[in-house]
Amino acid sequence: MAGELPFEQPIAELRGKIDELVKFGAEKQIDFSDEIARLEERYKALEEEIYSSLSVKQKIQIVKSPQRPTTLDYIQSVFTDFIELHGDRLFGDDQAIVGGIAKLGEIPVTVMGHQKGRDTKDNLARNFGMPHPEGFRKALRLMKQADKFRRPIVTFIDVTGAYPGSSAEERGQSEAIARNLLEMSLLRVPVICVVIGEGGSGGALALGVGNRVLMLEHAIYSVISPEGAASILYKDSSRAMEAAESMKITAQDILELGVIDDIVPEPRGGAHRDLKKQAELLRGKLLEHLQVLSQMSPDELKEDRYRKFRQIGAYDFLQAPL
Amino acid sequence: MLKVKDLLQKKRKYATIPSEKTRREIPEGLMNKCPKCGAIQFNMELMKNYKVCSSCGYHFVLNAMERVDMLLDGGRIFEYDEDMISKDPLSFPGYPQKTEQMMEKTGMRDAVITGEGTIGGFPVVVCIMSFEFFSGTLGSVVGEKIVRAAEAAMQKQYPLIIFSTSGGARMQESILSLMQMAKTSAALGRFSESGGLYISILTDPTLGGVSASFATLGDIILAEPGAVIGFAGRRVIEQTIRQKLPDNFQTSEFNLQHGHLDKVVHRKDLRATLIKLLDFHTVKEVPIHGR
Repeated sequence: MAGELPFEQPIAELRGKIDELVKFGAEKQIDFSDEIARLEERYKALEEEIYSSLSVKQKIQIVKSPQRPTTLDYIQSVFTDFIELHGDRLFGDDQAIVGGIAKLGEIPVTVMGHQKGRDTKDNLARNFGMPHPEGFRKALRLMKQADKFRRPIVTFIDVTGAYPGSSAEERGQSEAIARNLLEMSLLRVPVICVVIGEGGSGGALALGVGNRVLMLEHAIYSVISPEGAASILYKDSSRAMEAAESMKITAQDILELGVIDDIVPEPRGGAHRDLKKQAELLRGKLLEHLQVLSQMSPDELKEDRYRKFRQIGAYDFLQAPL
Repeated sequence: MLKVKDLLQKKRKYATIPSEKTRREIPEGLMNKCPKCGAIQFNMELMKNYKVCSSCGYHFVLNAMERVDMLLDGGRIFEYDEDMISKDPLSFPGYPQKTEQMMEKTGMRDAVITGEGTIGGFPVVVCIMSFEFFSGTLGSVVGEKIVRAAEAAMQKQYPLIIFSTSGGARMQESILSLMQMAKTSAALGRFSESGGLYISILTDPTLGGVSASFATLGDIILAEPGAVIGFAGRRVIEQTIRQKLPDNFQTSEFNLQHGHLDKVVHRKDLRATLIKLLDFHTVKEVPIHGR
């Protein structure tokens, strides 16, 4: 088991022991099959115990793991015939967001998402997956193109946050995000958004106004990073886990809050353990939801999306004094 | 020794954050110190000067009712949803106590008041945020009230004017707060498609989730001088780029220079500017030459 996370250590150790025993038995030609079977049994139980009740902290470790599949991994494994399209036609081509056209089964779709780097060099080119305004504007350009050619849109969300730097401010980070929110709400094609890793704040939402919003089983979605919340709330960013738990950021919590529509299951241990299986599960969900959405007219799709977001919120009214 | 130190710290705290309420309780004729240049001026003078420092032009932060007084005809607003209050959907530790405390401190129910009134005789729907309530953070109540106001403006075919000021999203409502950005932007999208005029006025400060949603979506965007307007806060940016930022970074003037605003308007000219803009957008029976 390569690249295990801290909480997976016990499983990895046990696996190591089993492998050792198998090797040793083969070398010395001793039959350890009973012991091995017993250990495999224990291994299964341990795996079950650890993975069936992942804590928020463990989920964060999974989604932040460098092995976590990225948007391009899903584009390549869920879709076929992908052609990447570049640039916002205004300033540049932000590689922190990728997008283009591809086929989902037989259906031509526009697909896009935040793109984190896979290694240091890639991360530098992609600004650690933190988009500038031109990234959001490229995404919007592709969405409007999809709208024109009546292609469904699939977006993948995986971002710590929009880039908080001076270059982004100068080019209008706020407006770029706000514009996407407004324009996405007016699209007349099916829009399905999937949070595949980190759904961080406005930079995530800028690709997130869909008719259906899904999350992978271990993905997280929040208004601010746990560290950011802790530093504001408690003036202490080391209390990030406490903030993360209070903010209810897991897919399961967010489904319960009525903000997302469905959860895409992950293979045991997370998407990175079996990308092929994950791609299959994801494709199944995308087709299932697209099937329903494609029954709607363009106007109904727009109305459906508006109603979905219109009803989100929790408020009360002061009781009139007796 | 320790006790004395504690006392001193406490005292300093009280001195540096005077709430609007305590400010109002200061008897008339008392002085007020400009937080920017330190000039001391009579409160009465300051009020006459739209709460703008007469020596350096610093625009003091206004609360929502002060803006109503300065802006709307007769200082009158017919409030919408005035009894809407926030819930604690996530059971976030300390949230209900904090909102309670904010209500007590400010006399407001949440960080925005919405309603209708007239400006120079033109009927308008206005939303006015108050920084003193929970740093003007965007939660479910602010989102819902702004959407309802946009819907009212659409139905009545009145222009919509929003005064924004906010530190960003309200963390205590986490994902629901984030979704208010989408909800308000979507409502403004509808309003815009119906042909409605939306004037957004950015005041000090307008940051985060509010600037990245309804605040930057105006057909016309105005700002008060010297307001801090941006997506990320200065401290976060400085940490990211590991550089000190220039003093004027993210000010209204900086934003104007970078093309994010239509106009920076001094507070004393704001009402007149709005009346002019409203007049431009009011359909009248104009005799057209040759007909």
